[in-house]
This record gives sequence, C-alpha cells and structure tokens, in this order.
Amino acid sequence: MSRLLKKHPGLAWIALVVFTSVCSLAVLWAQKNRSTTAVAPAVKSEAKPDLHPVTIKPGPPTPRLDTGLKDPHGKPITVACSTCHSTTTPNADRKTAHDLVQAHRGLSYAHGNLTCLSCHNAKDYDTLHLADGRSVAFPDVMTLCAQCHGTAMRDYTHGSHGGMTGHWDLTRGPRVKNNCVNCHDPHHPKFPLVKPVLPPRDRISVPKEPAGNDKH
Amino acid sequence: MPDPASEKPKTPCSGNCSCAGGNTTPPASANGTTRRAVLKGIGATLGIAAYAKALAPLTELTKQTSMDEFLQKHYKELSKDEIATVLKRLTRETKEQYGADVTINDPKPIDGVKFGYALNLSICNGCRKCAEACHIENNHDRPSHQSYIRVFEMTKGSMDFEKANAHYDHPVPQPDKYYMPVQCQQCEHPPCVDVCPVEATWKEKDGIVVVDYNWCIGCRYCEAACPYHARRFNWQKPQIPAAEINPVQSYLSNRIRPQGVMEKCTFCLHRTRNGRLPACLEACPTGARVFGDLNDPNSEIRWVLENKRVFVLKEELGLKPQFFYFFDE
Repeated sequence: MSRLLKKHPGLAWIALVVFTSVCSLAVLWAQKNRSTTAVAPAVKSEAKPDLHPVTIKPGPPTPRLDTGLKDPHGKPITVACSTCHSTTTPNADRKTAHDLVQAHRGLSYAHGNLTCLSCHNAKDYDTLHLADGRSVAFPDVMTLCAQCHGTAMRDYTHGSHGGMTGHWDLTRGPRVKNNCVNCHDPHHPKFPLVKPVLPPRDRISVPKEPAGNDKH
Repeated sequence: MPDPASEKPKTPCSGNCSCAGGNTTPPASANGTTRRAVLKGIGATLGIAAYAKALAPLTELTKQTSMDEFLQKHYKELSKDEIATVLKRLTRETKEQYGADVTINDPKPIDGVKFGYALNLSICNGCRKCAEACHIENNHDRPSHQSYIRVFEMTKGSMDFEKANAHYDHPVPQPDKYYMPVQCQQCEHPPCVDVCPVEATWKEKDGIVVVDYNWCIGCRYCEAACPYHARRFNWQKPQIPAAEINPVQSYLSNRIRPQGVMEKCTFCLHRTRNGRLPACLEACPTGARVFGDLNDPNSEIRWVLENKRVFVLKEELGLKPQFFYFFDE
C-alpha cells in the first residue's frame, strides 16, 4: 500500500476526496431517513402519556317498560322488552309506526327505509344487532349507527360533527363528546324545528315591524 | 347721563325706527338699563351656562372614575405589580357597582399556539344558542340582548348579506334557508387595529385581537372599519343582575365593560388560554363549531382545513381571517 502511494502520490488525494464524499452522502441519507420515519413516532409517544381522555357520553341504558304499577316499596315496576317479545312473533317487514300497538303506540318513526328489525335484535329484544348479526348493547349504539353513517362518523371522530364540552387542549383537561342519540332520536333522526333564542335588539338595525316578518 | 326723553330730537330721523335721530347715546329706560347692557347680560349668562354644561362631565368623572383609573397606563406598559393592582381595583369596583364577587385574571397567550375557529354551515340550524351563550359568558348588557355573534338567515344559493335577515324569530331551520353565524374573524391584518387612533386595540401572539377597555376612547373608528360588523359599542353602562354575572373574568375579555368603550369577541380567551373550549362551541347543539390550535398538525381544526371545503368570509379584502366556514359533502 505504502509502495503504491510512493509510486503515485496523487492517488492519496483521490482516495481522500472519495472517502469524504461517501461519508457526507451517508450522513445525508441517514438524516433523510430519520426525518421521514424515525421522528414522527417519537413525537407521538412523547405527547401521549400526558393527555387527558376524550370520553363519549354513553348511549341510553337498556330500555324497560314502565307498567304503571308500584311495588310495596313504592318503586315503579318495570319489565324488560323481552318479557312480552318472547311470546310474540317478530315481524321483519314492519316499516311504519302508525299501526303499532300497546307500548309502541304513538311512536314517531321516520328513519329511511329501515324496518324495526334492522336495528332491534329479534333474538334478544334487550339488545340491538349489527348488520352481520352480532348483538350490541343499547349503550354501545354508536357502533350500530356508524355502519350506515360512515361520513358522519368520520366527521365525528375528527371533531367536526357532534357537540362537545371541556378542553380543546387535552394536555390541560378532558373533553366529553355527545353520543349520536343524545341529539338524534334514533326513530326520527332528523333534527326537529326549534324556536331560536335571544332575538337581537340592535340599536341600528332593529326592524320597524315586529320580528319574524322577514319580507326579504 | 342725559335723559334722552327730555331732549327733543334736533333732526327727525327719516327711518321708521324708534331711535332718537342724530343722538348717538343709546336709549335707556327710566332706571338706566340700556339694551346693550341687557344683551350683554343675556350673553354672559348663556356663556356661563354653556361653560358649566361643558364642564359637567368632569364632576361625573370624579364621581365614577378614581384617580388611579384616570392615571392608569396602557395595558402593554403595565408591569406585573401594576397589573395586579389594576385587577384588584377592578374587582373592588365590580363589587361596589354590581354587588358581585368576581375574579379578574390576565391569562397570557400560550407559546406556539395560534387559535383558529371553523363553522360547519351544513349543520348549523340557526338556533342562536351560541349567541345566547356568548351573552351570558361575556357579561353582556342584558336589556339590549348584546352578543358578539350575529346569526344571519341566508337564502340558499346566495351569499348576499343585504338580503339576509338577522332578526328572524320563526322556527328554524327553514327549508330554503341556511344560517350563518358571524363573529370576530380575528383577521391576520385587522383593519380595526389599523384605524385606532390611540392603540387601544391590537393583535396578540395567539392571534386574538383584544381591546384595553380602560384605554379606549370610544371613537368607534374600529366599528366602522370592521367589514364583518363584529365590534360592539357600549352605549350605556351594562346592566346585569348580580346573580347573572359570570365571575370568571379576565382583563382583556369578559370583565364588565365601562360605558362608552368598544368591545369584541376574543374567542373567550379567559377560557381558551386555559385550554378550555369557547362558550359558543360548548353551547352548540349541532356540533357545527370546531376550535383548536392552527399550529398543531394533529388538531381537529387542521383536519377540517385539510379535508373539508373551506372558505373565509369576504376573502377578496385580503384580511386573512382565522375564522373559517365549511361544508359537508
């Protein structure tokens, strides 16, 4: 090796230049790799442990029918849905509410083209069921809603659908989000008309006529 | 002084007047009062009256304004101790004037945080719960229904605010209408700040445009400059029953404003700078409102900006609002 260098002194310089450029390329490559892969999970794992939870309000408890009677302690006597439904034959075709009888009389129903048994579980009326037949407890109703309302669920997951209270900054405090059925009646999910609150009384632009006559 | 009545005029006056022709002495009544003296007297009386009227506010000033308040420096020039003194005085004054025990703080912007707000026009149903929450949270004057949020009922397919109705009082949502709540857009280039002659309003590091209510002179230039009609003027001393006063207050946001100053939405900085959501968002029953840190790539507001059809109001003005409107599919 030393003999070779003595023979051609320029060779040492060439070797040096090649060595440095290879080294710098390697460093550059390593940095590039780190910025794309290694850094992202590091930040995530750093932020996670301190975060307060985002909780979703539970859905309704498993419903029970109030019989109107009271037990000796004065508590109302309620019965499970399955009490009556174990003796009746499920009607898979029912899509309207107007001829419902007994406890279901007067139900306002407008939810697309669904039948009762699209959501209610004919095998166990104290639960609901998913499209694939698995049963779902009433408090976990959001799993059921999300099967059809995918876009709403996506927006919900990203905070752009559904009311919430608490903290925007989860490092400082928790957040509580509404459940689908806190706002939407599952039998009549469209929002009802509401009377607006706090009509403005502007000095400048209060209409001469009583409010409500919007002739625009 | 010769008595003009006793002297006969030397040359009769040709005019149809009562003057003593040729005589330069003004006429005087029997007791010696001249017309000039009477006019002088009236003039002097009116002058003194006008002067007294002009000075009258000063007497009220001493009644309502303490010397400390009169001599208070601009918010940005106050040292930590001075701010503490000011907050103490304001707390005491609220107790004296409104009979309410309140806590007035001065939360500072959080480092690296820039607030953004987005509103989903597809699901807002115009119930005005946000305006009501603002009214309560920010200690607004009760009789005037003051609020930083104005909800416009717009015709579907139109963005014409001239044809919008902010005074609707029928059940909502109407089928051919959509609803557009408008509040301070916290512009990147706020024209209201540019026009203030006394620098009583400025933009903070986290993007919130604030007002020093004790420095504001109430000229209302900012109200005229704001293209979103987002600033409000306190025409009267706010009236709020003690029981309804929100006791959690801050100097730059929801403390009860004095009469004659401007006020505006601060994205509830007394809440948001402590990590909480704004009152209007918590009140929204539809979840149309999204709030968060624009600098945090994982925030919900960033997801909306990156994934939804977003626009800003009056974009052509180039004010770069930090309030965004968006649609669902």
